[in-house]
Amino acid sequence: MAKRTVRTIPQARTPMREQDAKARGKNFSEVACGYSLEDALREAQRCLYCPEPACVEGCPVSIDIPGFIRRIEDKDFRGAYDVITAANLLPAICGRVCPQENQCEGVCPVGKTLEPVAIGRLERYVGDRAIAEGWSSAPFVEPSGLRIGIVGSGPAGMACAADMAKAGCDVTVYEAFQEPGGVLKYGIPDFRLPNPVIDAEIDNLRKLGVKFECNTLVGRLFTIAEMIEEMGFHAVFIGTGAGYPSMMGIPGESLNGVLSANELLTRCNLMRARQFPQFDTPLPAGKKVAVVGSGNTAMDALRVSLRLGAEKVHCIYRRTKAESPARAEELHHAEEEGIEFHWLTNPVEILDDGAGNVRAMRCIRMELGEPDESGRRRPLPVKGSEFEFPIDIVVYAIGTNANPIIGQTSRLKLNKRGYIETDKDLATSMAGVFAGGDIVTGAATVIEAMGAGRKAARSMKKYLGIRNGKTESATLFGIPLSEKNFARIRAA
Amino acid sequence: MQPSQTPIFEIVAREDFSDATYLLEIRHPRMAKAARPGQFVIVMAQPHGERIPLTLADFDRTKGTITLVIQAVGKTTKEMRELCKVGTHLHALVGPMGIPSQLGNAKKVVCVGGGLGVAPVFPQARAYKEAGAHVIGVLGFRSWDLVFWKDKFQSVCDELILCTNDGSVGIRGLVTDGLKSALAKHPDIDEVVAIGPPVMMKACADATRARRIKTMVSVNPIMVDGTGMCGGCRVQVGGKVKFACVDGPDFDGHQVDFDDLMVRLARYKSQEAEALKRWSDTCRMPEPPEPALELPDPFEEVRGG
Repeated sequence: MAKRTVRTIPQARTPMREQDAKARGKNFSEVACGYSLEDALREAQRCLYCPEPACVEGCPVSIDIPGFIRRIEDKDFRGAYDVITAANLLPAICGRVCPQENQCEGVCPVGKTLEPVAIGRLERYVGDRAIAEGWSSAPFVEPSGLRIGIVGSGPAGMACAADMAKAGCDVTVYEAFQEPGGVLKYGIPDFRLPNPVIDAEIDNLRKLGVKFECNTLVGRLFTIAEMIEEMGFHAVFIGTGAGYPSMMGIPGESLNGVLSANELLTRCNLMRARQFPQFDTPLPAGKKVAVVGSGNTAMDALRVSLRLGAEKVHCIYRRTKAESPARAEELHHAEEEGIEFHWLTNPVEILDDGAGNVRAMRCIRMELGEPDESGRRRPLPVKGSEFEFPIDIVVYAIGTNANPIIGQTSRLKLNKRGYIETDKDLATSMAGVFAGGDIVTGAATVIEAMGAGRKAARSMKKYLGIRNGKTESATLFGIPLSEKNFARIRAA
Repeated sequence: MQPSQTPIFEIVAREDFSDATYLLEIRHPRMAKAARPGQFVIVMAQPHGERIPLTLADFDRTKGTITLVIQAVGKTTKEMRELCKVGTHLHALVGPMGIPSQLGNAKKVVCVGGGLGVAPVFPQARAYKEAGAHVIGVLGFRSWDLVFWKDKFQSVCDELILCTNDGSVGIRGLVTDGLKSALAKHPDIDEVVAIGPPVMMKACADATRARRIKTMVSVNPIMVDGTGMCGGCRVQVGGKVKFACVDGPDFDGHQVDFDDLMVRLARYKSQEAEALKRWSDTCRMPEPPEPALELPDPFEEVRGG
């Protein structure tokens, strides 16, 4: 076969079928419908199989991307799944929610002349196929006799649990909500990440022997110290997320109709308020919604509000579209669906109707000044540019502060912003206790949290004296001892 | 203690104090061990239910149970009155939540409980008694037939003042009248704890303001997660925004903006009325099974469907 070059591969990136923008604004079904077999095979042909793949470097969990794409081309989908799950147990989730344009796809050499290989879409194809086929990645491992406690069942906790279970540890994951999944369940809406996908990936962890205990608020029901000293855990990972939503501190924030994106999303996604009154949790009623902020959470809040039946949904952001931290695809989808964006605009006051409800919002125009510490140009108010517009609901999506519970209930060292302080290996000030994800770094992405969970797992194994390789990939006749391979082993 | 003893939240005892008020005792040994006065739990009665915060009314470390006293006022609490029989299970129960009450070294304390606040003030009264304080209990009921836990409070209170709206037992009047009579009798009261509806806690705080007696109240705003994640429970305390779930639920009553709290508590009034009406209309008829969430199969495309 002639050497594949940018000139010989299919030039256009294979599009993914999407629900029509008008129709999807009224339902919670997934917007991006996924690749078909033909789509996946065609897109796989766009990979150049670079000898030193930049994409692997760009991936926070270092998936062997050319390796799994090669197997897609070979139609060895089970093989592709095994390659991905060696690094990432949650491909159906990550394929959907990773900001690939800043990671693997952002450094793909094909992207220098054409659009980069759609790595995320291919990963999702493999993940969805595994779920549809009922595959799981549950290698046989020798029990190590070590017990690991994980606080929080979000992406950081799930990733850490997977690695520790694969190393033969007895893993228990604690979750405060009534079902596991963390931000994947309460935060990310179904039209972006359907609940059956999350449940399927959690079931895979259960097959690895991971136990999930919900309704457990660690810190208050028992402390981190008790987990180590009394409950017999040899090591603990804290991945509680950030939480504690920020407010702006402008007048009118305690009015009814002002809520955090976390509250809106939790009510709608986890508590199913969108099916009120079949489900008991209500949502604030309103036809005109303003969401403050322009990150991924803001995009979710905007698009959820639209689907809940709002007539006008406004995005209020003090910088411009170029500085918006949202993933490009989410921003694009929100625009398509008819969200109104007000760039260079900042709220100054929320006005009431005399009965404690929101009536209107007063905003001010902004302009960009000199770069600030984030490297982005600092937005400055334009004098005399204040204006008012009618609104029923104001949703804040301007970030979060550190959740105080672990700090209140442990002697773990925190930094001055209240996040848990760790060394470069994610070890905390307490022996055997590791932490990662938003509770260490502040709000970040799902894949960064998963990367932190995996990094903490590596440190934990080192701390516990578990040697990599010995328990991680047991093989027989060179074939991995994963349960589905017994037939192949017998044949060999 | 073994980590894998997932509790199933079994209701082991129930007592009905009146048509509206009922007690549930739930097995949860680990929570009984961890609970401290002033803390609360979040309950979901059934999978379609909402998460409601309830302040702990008691906990028994020997029996391994926690106790909740609930007033049936809305859809969820009325439904729980029907569903929560001995031997049944709650769908979810998480806690103890919130910062435990900070019991200082007060020598003389008044514990005021009115309405839904009568039961939750009990753990605090008991803790003060155990700490050696002189405890004056002030409890408010509408009428004599609604009185409960009189003996229980008597066992931990040096003085007990009952107040009824109709004067059928104790003094005729509100708990603030009981509080005022205690304040008049005792010039040396160090602290007042008041738990009940916001309007009652506000009146108690007003009654102690002139004498600058430390007055702690326990707020019970609308919550979802109870872990500091959603901010639905924010209250104004001394001009600052606090989250009742992780910064409270106990706050200095002289600093709490009760008017703000009352407006915020009413923010789902119309939806709550709708839910209650729908439930009342259907609860005596067997309801058809709820339609499942109608979403297409997310794996349709890979299945080649």
